[in-house]
Amino acid sequence: MDAGPIPNPTGNTFQRPQEPDELPGLYIHIPFCLRKCAYCGFYSITDRSLIPAFRSALRREMALYREWATSFDTLYIGGGTPSILTAVDLEEVITDIQASFTIATDAEITVEANPADITEGLLASLRRAGVNRINIGAQSFDDGSLALLGRRHTALQAIGAIHRARDAGFENIGLDLIYGLPSSQAAGETSPKTDRAFATWLATLDTAIGMNPDHLSCYQLTLEEGTPLAERYSRGEIAFPGETLQADFFCNTSEFLEDNGYIHYEVSNFARPGRESRHNRKYWNHAPYLGLGPAAHSFSGRERRWNRRAVNAYISDLESGREPVESREILSDEQLRLEALFLGFRTRRGICLETFKIRYGRDLLADKRDMVERLSGEGLVEIRDGFLRPTRAGMAVADSLALI
Amino acid sequence: MNHIRNFSIIAHIDHGKSTLADRFIQYAGVVEDRDFQDQILDNMDIERERGITIKSQVVSLPYRAKDGRSYTLNLIDTPGHVDFTYEVSRSLASCEGVLLLIDAAQGVQAQTLANLYLAMEHDLAIIPVINKIDLPSADVERVIEQIDSELGLDSDTHLKCSAKEGIGIEEILEAIVERIPPPKGDPAAPLAALIFDAKYDSFRGTVIHCRIFDGAVKAGDIIRLVYNNATYRVEEVGHFLLQRQKRESLSAGDVGYIIAGVKTVSDVRTGDTITLENRPCPKPLPGFKEVKPVVFASIYPIAADDYTDLADSLDKFKLNDASFVYEKDSSTALGQGFRCGFLGLLHLDIVQERLEREYDLSIILSVPSVRYRFTLKDGTVVSVDNPAHYPEPMSIIKSEEPYIRAAMMLPDRYLGAVMKLCMEKRGVNSTLNYPNPGRAELIYEMPLSEVIFDFYDRFKSVTQGYGSFDYDLIDYRESSLALLDILVNGEKVDALSQIVHRERARARGLQACERLKEEIPRQMFKIAIQGVIGGEIISRTTISPFRKDVIAKCYGGDISRKRKLLEKQKKGKKRMKMIGNVSIPQSAFLAVLKSDTE
Repeated sequence: MDAGPIPNPTGNTFQRPQEPDELPGLYIHIPFCLRKCAYCGFYSITDRSLIPAFRSALRREMALYREWATSFDTLYIGGGTPSILTAVDLEEVITDIQASFTIATDAEITVEANPADITEGLLASLRRAGVNRINIGAQSFDDGSLALLGRRHTALQAIGAIHRARDAGFENIGLDLIYGLPSSQAAGETSPKTDRAFATWLATLDTAIGMNPDHLSCYQLTLEEGTPLAERYSRGEIAFPGETLQADFFCNTSEFLEDNGYIHYEVSNFARPGRESRHNRKYWNHAPYLGLGPAAHSFSGRERRWNRRAVNAYISDLESGREPVESREILSDEQLRLEALFLGFRTRRGICLETFKIRYGRDLLADKRDMVERLSGEGLVEIRDGFLRPTRAGMAVADSLALI
Repeated sequence: MNHIRNFSIIAHIDHGKSTLADRFIQYAGVVEDRDFQDQILDNMDIERERGITIKSQVVSLPYRAKDGRSYTLNLIDTPGHVDFTYEVSRSLASCEGVLLLIDAAQGVQAQTLANLYLAMEHDLAIIPVINKIDLPSADVERVIEQIDSELGLDSDTHLKCSAKEGIGIEEILEAIVERIPPPKGDPAAPLAALIFDAKYDSFRGTVIHCRIFDGAVKAGDIIRLVYNNATYRVEEVGHFLLQRQKRESLSAGDVGYIIAGVKTVSDVRTGDTITLENRPCPKPLPGFKEVKPVVFASIYPIAADDYTDLADSLDKFKLNDASFVYEKDSSTALGQGFRCGFLGLLHLDIVQERLEREYDLSIILSVPSVRYRFTLKDGTVVSVDNPAHYPEPMSIIKSEEPYIRAAMMLPDRYLGAVMKLCMEKRGVNSTLNYPNPGRAELIYEMPLSEVIFDFYDRFKSVTQGYGSFDYDLIDYRESSLALLDILVNGEKVDALSQIVHRERARARGLQACERLKEEIPRQMFKIAIQGVIGGEIISRTTISPFRKDVIAKCYGGDISRKRKLLEKQKKGKKRMKMIGNVSIPQSAFLAVLKSDTE
């Protein structure tokens, strides 16, 4: 029976990544926000008085895992809103990381930021700390939409922030955008509203690419349980686009951006050639990663684990010298295969058939020949250069593809 | 024997049988209060969940009466649903009396009457008990009047109680002692025991539930089952508290169990007589009327490999449900299976659920078919019940289908509705009698195919439960038939093929397409459903494919959750039948079976 994980030299019980095909990524979660947006289901708190205690705890956690991997080639600081930390604090966090871990010299280092926080001072601190990629949560360039989403910035602020980031020397700028916003529920009104919603979205996209970002994440708005938006929905105040419209949004967005020189490389992610998110690609490629901070997730290649969600619990665990782990799971071969499938079908690159055979012991083409042929015929997948890849329409139904 | 009372509680559904049984059990102290659970005799999960009793259960209650003497009151709990009249009859054959329970607010209902007739057929002492007197809507006076006028019993003999509040319980127990006669029989005579139930225990083999009428039996005796003359050595006898309890012997008047190393399930037949090998009883006890199923469907395992498991399970299942009948059947698409007969749609539902739950089987139900007869051009006459064996249409000279004579008894206020129903089912040659004022006997000749699936349930529904239905096969009559095939994306779904009457064909085709459209979930491909007769498409619907199902974000924190969701979906998919590339859930097959309700 499982006697429990065996501690590594510095006291953590997390399996070390075994013979990785690529170096692992490092993720830090900053669980603070000035206020919660109406749609957000992520974990964060607004009590900034806990920041110092959080930072101490984070330093302890870093010490616990300093020997976990030889080096990392991506670092991603997300949240919450990392940018509400003071510039000084943020810079210090990153230097702490550099001190505890070996970050490759050509590593991609990303920080997420809210447009309202992007001052010249902040940008300068980030550049000093070696950050070479900034992800700006613009969401929309329509103020009406921003209000509906409960954002604390305006379209103008977002535009200004992007310019400042360029001026500060950032050569890798990403924007987060949201589409498929709800409309107020009015009986019988469908076409006029949906056309308008679509036009608003296209205008946002147009504005966005006008600023020549290197990377765009376009998310369909999803209802998360317990959010104010979900509340309004359950009261019948708002309605969301149906499945057909969703599919249209998805495909039209993809066409528009690809026509403008972006590669639709993952369900929700677009980038200029060479500007894909190296960190996020690790998730979809089944590469290992270490996550620090409350609610952060880690993957060793065989074991998944995640930290305590609540900031207080995270802090008290570390103060008592314990790993702040909420739960863990060791994946079976079958589970790894299923993951590889649904993660692979989310990316345009798709699944490398040879690698799949070696890593997971299954010959996809042989096992699923009939289904693959049928899906190919329907224009949902294609086989090219030894990869089983989804088409644009296929990415839209990636989950069902994984179940074949 | 004078200290024994064998009795049952009979009532319309929800009139409080199980609660009253609970009170008796508590009163007798058979179960410690901490082990007590409401409706404790309903120990099958399904019974609990649905709030109904399916199987008979026996419990022996020790009771010290007012006369100072100790008695053993054997309570045989019975099912309350109309589908299980057969179970009730078997239990009543082992009793000397019944408590006829009536809800004080609802009054006399359909099953009150039906059960009363059954009890009278068995010549039992009847004690009317008015329950739920605690309810604000209780109208005891009215019920007393009903006991006189509707039940034809002496209302002076009634008792009142509230099982929920525990009022009047002792008076009932006293009445059982006083007014239900002790069993008659001779403990010294040759053993004659009636098997009224049996359970399969994986450690002990078959546990035979029986009522001893004459003689005695103990461990070490060699018994003989009259039906097939098989003999066995008795390992253990005993009676039931809530669990089995061993005893030295059972003798005339007792209700209990015998364990005799009976391994083969089909060796024991409920209704059979047990006697002693070296001193057999001269005549077997009167058994039970062979039960007639009124609903038919075929059961197939989803995975062909499970066939043997299904066969074994049906064997075991039949032991615990004697009213369930079955025989081998086969289908081109579904492989080997069984054609089964049920006592009603509820019975079918429950059998399916029990097979899946107790034996962990994934099964499909398919449209049943009667045996049709075709005379072909070359003179041969073929019998066909499997649509897959439907003869080449061009070669058929004459088609015939079986007819039944249905004898229905019902209060005359429902005559109009029932006649309408029978005519809808192509009924002919009707006869109408009035054996008693207010009570009608209606006879119709109807095609068996119109009756096999939901006629019985609809009949019960339009007569609000008061109607009774019996049938006999009469003859084959010429009929205009056709083979209706259902195609899904061009592939014939064998399990859905039906041989139908021409007049019905289009309607059935449309209905099947509509039902399938409702039941088959959207998939990555378009799904075309067609009803086809003789190469001609007579109905069609289309299920459009979904174009988006993927969630927006999938980063480190989402992967585990996402995978678990997909694992669950995968499991669900396994329970579906793949026809070509289309996943069809079990519910779709059953939905096509059920015809339009009113």
